[in-house]
Amino acid sequence: MTDILKVEHLGRVLPLAVPVTLLTDVSLAFQPASFTVITGPSGSGKSSLLYLLGLLDVPTTGEVFVDGTPTSALDDAARTRLRLAVFGFVFQFHFLLPEFTVLDNVMLPMRQLGRLTRPQMKERAMELLAQLDMADQANKRPDALSGGQRQRTAVARALTNDPPVVLADEPTGALDTKNAAAVFAILAGLAQQGRTVIAVTHDEGLAGTSPRRVHLVDGRVVRDAALG
Amino acid sequence: MTLPFAIALAHLRSRRRQTMVSVLGVALGVGVFIAVTGLMAGFQSFFRAQMIESNPHVTITDEVRTPAPQPLAMLHPEAAVVVSRIVPRDPVRGIANAGEIMAALAAMPGVAVAPTLRGQMLMRRAGRDYAVSTIGIDPAREMRVTTLQKDIKEGSLEALGARPDGVVIGQALARKMGVALGDTVAVSTVAGGESALRVVGIFRTGLEQQDLGQVYVALNRLQSMQARPRVVNEIHIRLADIDRSREVAAMAEGRWGYKAAPWEETFARILEVFVLQNTIIYGSTGSILLVAGFGIFNIISTVVSEKARDIAIMRSIGMPRGSVVATFIAEGIAVGVMGVLAGWLVGFVGASIMETFPAPGAEDPTQRLMVRQTVFTYGLAAGIALLSSVGAAWIPARKAARTDPLEIIRGAT
Repeated sequence: MTDILKVEHLGRVLPLAVPVTLLTDVSLAFQPASFTVITGPSGSGKSSLLYLLGLLDVPTTGEVFVDGTPTSALDDAARTRLRLAVFGFVFQFHFLLPEFTVLDNVMLPMRQLGRLTRPQMKERAMELLAQLDMADQANKRPDALSGGQRQRTAVARALTNDPPVVLADEPTGALDTKNAAAVFAILAGLAQQGRTVIAVTHDEGLAGTSPRRVHLVDGRVVRDAALG
Repeated sequence: MTLPFAIALAHLRSRRRQTMVSVLGVALGVGVFIAVTGLMAGFQSFFRAQMIESNPHVTITDEVRTPAPQPLAMLHPEAAVVVSRIVPRDPVRGIANAGEIMAALAAMPGVAVAPTLRGQMLMRRAGRDYAVSTIGIDPAREMRVTTLQKDIKEGSLEALGARPDGVVIGQALARKMGVALGDTVAVSTVAGGESALRVVGIFRTGLEQQDLGQVYVALNRLQSMQARPRVVNEIHIRLADIDRSREVAAMAEGRWGYKAAPWEETFARILEVFVLQNTIIYGSTGSILLVAGFGIFNIISTVVSEKARDIAIMRSIGMPRGSVVATFIAEGIAVGVMGVLAGWLVGFVGASIMETFPAPGAEDPTQRLMVRQTVFTYGLAAGIALLSSVGAAWIPARKAARTDPLEIIRGAT
């Protein structure tokens, strides 16, 4: 099966007065319908790797391939377009727009992409919200929701453009145990539906439920469970 | 509704009070612009109408724009010859073929002509002399080229035809001299003749220069007083279409050689003052609109700072930089449009109220301020306000577009 996402010899150094190395020689491949968890201690480069995978950052060395296409030569506009079409992001903090309702927040990426009519967007958003047990909250604003509901809204938003890859950065970091388990189960379910799900977490318990675990220490991959 | 515009409106709704202050700033700027420029345009319009109505549209005088070339210079046009101390010929002043010129002009459609003789005269009253510009007219024909008759407050212009010793003077001059209708004043001309004239009419144009320094007598009377029988040194032309003034003047000058000045040239100095006045008024009132732009800059800068996370998330989900700029420009435009609409209302109401105020300095107590509201003024106010709004939004919008989403996301975790 073709890798939807692949990185080869990835390195990232922050060009500060004293350069800071975030990642060194990371090579990984991700197949469709897979669920990978990236773990590691604080400062190990987990989030940095996720941002590079999601084209939010540019590597210092190495290459990120999206569906076989190298991305380092792409300009900001092309990377932005690719992000919109290929990736769905879920962050530790939901980053929902407070002035918009849950429904409007979920529709944002679809409106940006502009492929569907407004009724189609609404139907799609409501469908996703129903899958995440959020349909009855559609007309509420984020400040009227619980932490778990906000994160589920963020998950719905990440899925609206039907992206083949979902990247989640500490998606359960701000949630209680029950909500964290629920969100993790949702992410696992997305992989079963055919998406490539990559989640960064420091929660060992949740990480243990994933079929593949990549462990980073000091910016290097020290263990990739799928490889044995 | 596009996504940038939807986000822009959401941002503005979330800061209602600040938005209203910015809208109010633009509205006041637009309103003041419309009212003040309308007041100025009303004054200029009134003044211009008075100038044009009470004066000929084209005046042919017995002057030439360029002196006749010297024979020596004509003989050797390329020679390095300086001709100095030339004693010019002193031909008999006046338009030589005035009758022929007037007949030709009168034959043209939409053209009325009247002969006049203009000269200087001293009016004497109670031991004081008043130098005035005297215009000898044929009353019946003059009434076809100016609306002087309309400005007559006492007596009549026709009386000049009935009374050979009649004079029509301005109201301001009559007051200054202390004369009234029917009074007699002593006059003397540069030709040395002295006589007495009876006031048969008093006019008021509203133009001080005319009301104080210009009098009218019968044409043949002035010709007699100046010892210039049958001489005409000005031909007054009135046009049915005032916009043809330059064209008719150019034709007359080209055909007969005498200087023919359209009203735009005759009143060039006043029109230049109008241009200066316009520059000052439009500049000062326009600057109010620019200042209103600072209010918009303030609100959008604040929103950009407050919404850094939102911008980051929008960028991360695939909103291009251009859409981020569009979002904040849309905020500026939204404030600008709301301000313009409110400002139009403020301007209209303000101008309508000003129109009820008595005109300061007007002798007629019923005369009110003239405020001229035009589509152009409303459009110009809106244009400046919207440009100011977009300009004010541009800087913070660019800053927002340069936001690195990763920096914000990293900072939040």
